[in-house]
Amino acid sequence: MRVMAQMAMVMNLDKCIGCHTCSVTCKQAWTNRTGVEYVWFNNVETRPGQGYPRRYEDQEQWRGGWTLNRRGRLSLKAGGRFRKLLTIFANPKMPGMDDYYQPWTYDYETLTSAPLQEHTPVARPKSLLTGKDMKITWSANWDDDLGGSPQHIEKDVLVRDLSDKVKAEFDKTFMFYLPRICEHCLNPSCAASCPSGAIYKRTEDGIVLVDQDRCRGWRMCVTGCPYKKMYFNHRTGKAEKCTFCFPRVEVGIPTVCSETCVGRLRYIGLVLYDADKVLEAASTPDDTGLYEAQREVFLDPSDPRVVAAAEAAGIHRDWIEAAQRSPVYALINTYKVALPLHPEYRTMPMVWYIPPLSPVVDIVRDTGHDAENAGNLFAAIETLRIPVEYLAELFTAGDTKPVEAVLRRLAAMRSYMRDINLGRDADESIPGRVGMTGELMYDMYRLLALAKYEERYVIPTAHEEQAHKLEELATECSLDYEGGPGMGGSGPFGESSGGAAPIAVENFHMLRQRQTSDSPVDPADKHTRVNLLNWDGKGTPSGLFPPEPGGPTGNPPADSGAAETEPKP
Amino acid sequence: MKETVLWVVLPYVTITIFVLGHVWRYRYDKFGWTTRSSQLYESRLLRIGSPLFHFGVLFVLLGHIGGLAIPASWTEAAGISEDAYHVVAVVIGTLAGFCTLAGLAILIYRRRTTGPVFSATTVNDKMMYLVLTAVIVIGLAATVAANVVDHGYNYRETVSPWFRSVFYLNPAPDLMRDVPPLFQLHALSALLLFCIWPFTRLVHMLTAPVGYLTRPYIVYRSRDARMGALPPRRGWERP
Repeated sequence: MRVMAQMAMVMNLDKCIGCHTCSVTCKQAWTNRTGVEYVWFNNVETRPGQGYPRRYEDQEQWRGGWTLNRRGRLSLKAGGRFRKLLTIFANPKMPGMDDYYQPWTYDYETLTSAPLQEHTPVARPKSLLTGKDMKITWSANWDDDLGGSPQHIEKDVLVRDLSDKVKAEFDKTFMFYLPRICEHCLNPSCAASCPSGAIYKRTEDGIVLVDQDRCRGWRMCVTGCPYKKMYFNHRTGKAEKCTFCFPRVEVGIPTVCSETCVGRLRYIGLVLYDADKVLEAASTPDDTGLYEAQREVFLDPSDPRVVAAAEAAGIHRDWIEAAQRSPVYALINTYKVALPLHPEYRTMPMVWYIPPLSPVVDIVRDTGHDAENAGNLFAAIETLRIPVEYLAELFTAGDTKPVEAVLRRLAAMRSYMRDINLGRDADESIPGRVGMTGELMYDMYRLLALAKYEERYVIPTAHEEQAHKLEELATECSLDYEGGPGMGGSGPFGESSGGAAPIAVENFHMLRQRQTSDSPVDPADKHTRVNLLNWDGKGTPSGLFPPEPGGPTGNPPADSGAAETEPKP
Repeated sequence: MKETVLWVVLPYVTITIFVLGHVWRYRYDKFGWTTRSSQLYESRLLRIGSPLFHFGVLFVLLGHIGGLAIPASWTEAAGISEDAYHVVAVVIGTLAGFCTLAGLAILIYRRRTTGPVFSATTVNDKMMYLVLTAVIVIGLAATVAANVVDHGYNYRETVSPWFRSVFYLNPAPDLMRDVPPLFQLHALSALLLFCIWPFTRLVHMLTAPVGYLTRPYIVYRSRDARMGALPPRRGWERP
């Protein structure tokens, strides 16, 4: 037994209202730079729908993840090492910009600089890649809330595997949101695909990261990741991915997406697992066995033998205690309501989901029946094939039994808790019907409905003796390290050169540059660019406001830079 | 005098720039050490042009190693006659050369006509393309001219010994005196290419990922000590 710790997340899809706050705050924190305009480390998809990038789940097309070869051994679906090196000059299975979407901005300057005319001037969309006018036809959430679903719904990859009867009906019957980040897999196929070995899994917390100094832009990871959560920064020529906000997690703060989640649907915690069993579990012959196999890999943190082995493996006592309090472990293994996203990709994903019961509840309620009654809900779960089959395609490789079991537990909880909330006697037979006790069910209810910040996010900090190494701790001046970036800017070979700056420094300069910038694309003049997405309302970037009467007087803000003090025509 | 400058001073200057340039770039600009692939923007033309160019240029490289680094006496000792060597070298070399050139043409056409690729092209790239194209075209012209107009030119008696003499630290510039001008021009343009090499995107060649064949699939790494701002200070250094 080789115990390792993994930082993991569970999202409760019943609570997601599809507000995209997680996406927007994540973008602000991580991908508000040139080169990654099209990149969303966190995105929210409406299901049924195509997702982002379009139809990423079609692994017959994109060849992401692992598969079992003829001898039953685990191998990369896009081909092994030799195949990768032979196709390195042109990756045959890489999504293009059109599969994501062409990023754009608006020509806001026209609004203020247009001469007096009969018609109101409009800000036209400009491509962020070419700077030319463009027609917006797609985005990261173009089919949000089933928008345009009559044309697009057929393109949902999962629909292909559903029966025809289900297909004809389902856009009328249900819809839910699926927020996605990097899965920080136990068996990451992106890392396995990287020819340079730049993608690594951190031994301490299992977070998968890209070493920006070692990445050479071979682009194989983009193909390798079946969730298409590896992104190619087209300005720097390096791969980038969700970082699980490691600078925050290291000091015990939840990720930005979790912190800002309006529905409070995300849970973060540690999971201990047996690293020796990962390969065996990922090689489970049957796709539908992968969910159970992955659960078997996780170790019970309250088992004394596991604790002893964990301590022997150098996991600190406070981390083990955090693993024992982990909401993620509880939802996955104690209450068994969380399911992995697409286990059939065999990467052992570590962001799990509680499937939504709301499609079932909505249908029962709409038919005029009591949607809180356990019997009604159980019957509905059995008869309503549409949501169940679809959820099974998403979470259990098509096996409906685990999904039904989870939905029955959620339904039972709903019904059981109604009695308690209305002051009636609790019906202990309800938890019994789903293999739980009343006490366990109440605990699950507490965790799903009431849990406070400290219960939803159980994040042990990195150790104090390491604190000086941590990125975001302001114990020392973050600018002054050997070969540091000084006051930012770029190296002699344009935007992509020079050493990588610490994230805090980079964000500071980025925002400052963004606030004082003006034209859409050319990185050469990025010092004078305005991107409203990133403009935080402070300062007066050149070209954003009409000139003040009497010229630029008053006190320009501290960050203004040269562009602000230019006299305006 | 002219020979000394062209065939002794320039080669050593080039080697120095090539080596020190790479060392400097690796130390200073690891983050910029990348292929700067533009496949994300356009993939249809790239899928033809890029393999054509890269495999072509790899064969050209092999040919140059065979022609320049391996002495004629070795191939003869192996039982390959001069004529046989010449025919094989010219046929394969010309074929690989034209593949390279065709690939390069497709790539340059793509770079110019695909909007996003063109706007991602830097001045540095344009200069590099110019020199690279010049080297390939002149080299190909030298081969074709020598074999079509004349009856072939045996560079293994002049250029190759000179090339090796540079690395023996016993340069023999006189060998290059009577080499046809196209071959001379090809060598000089190649020197220029090697001079600018460390400062262009060509650096990606030196980090060709052959280690991928032997390393384990999943890389584990401990939290990077260099990630943060400073290495932890010793107790007595703390304020």
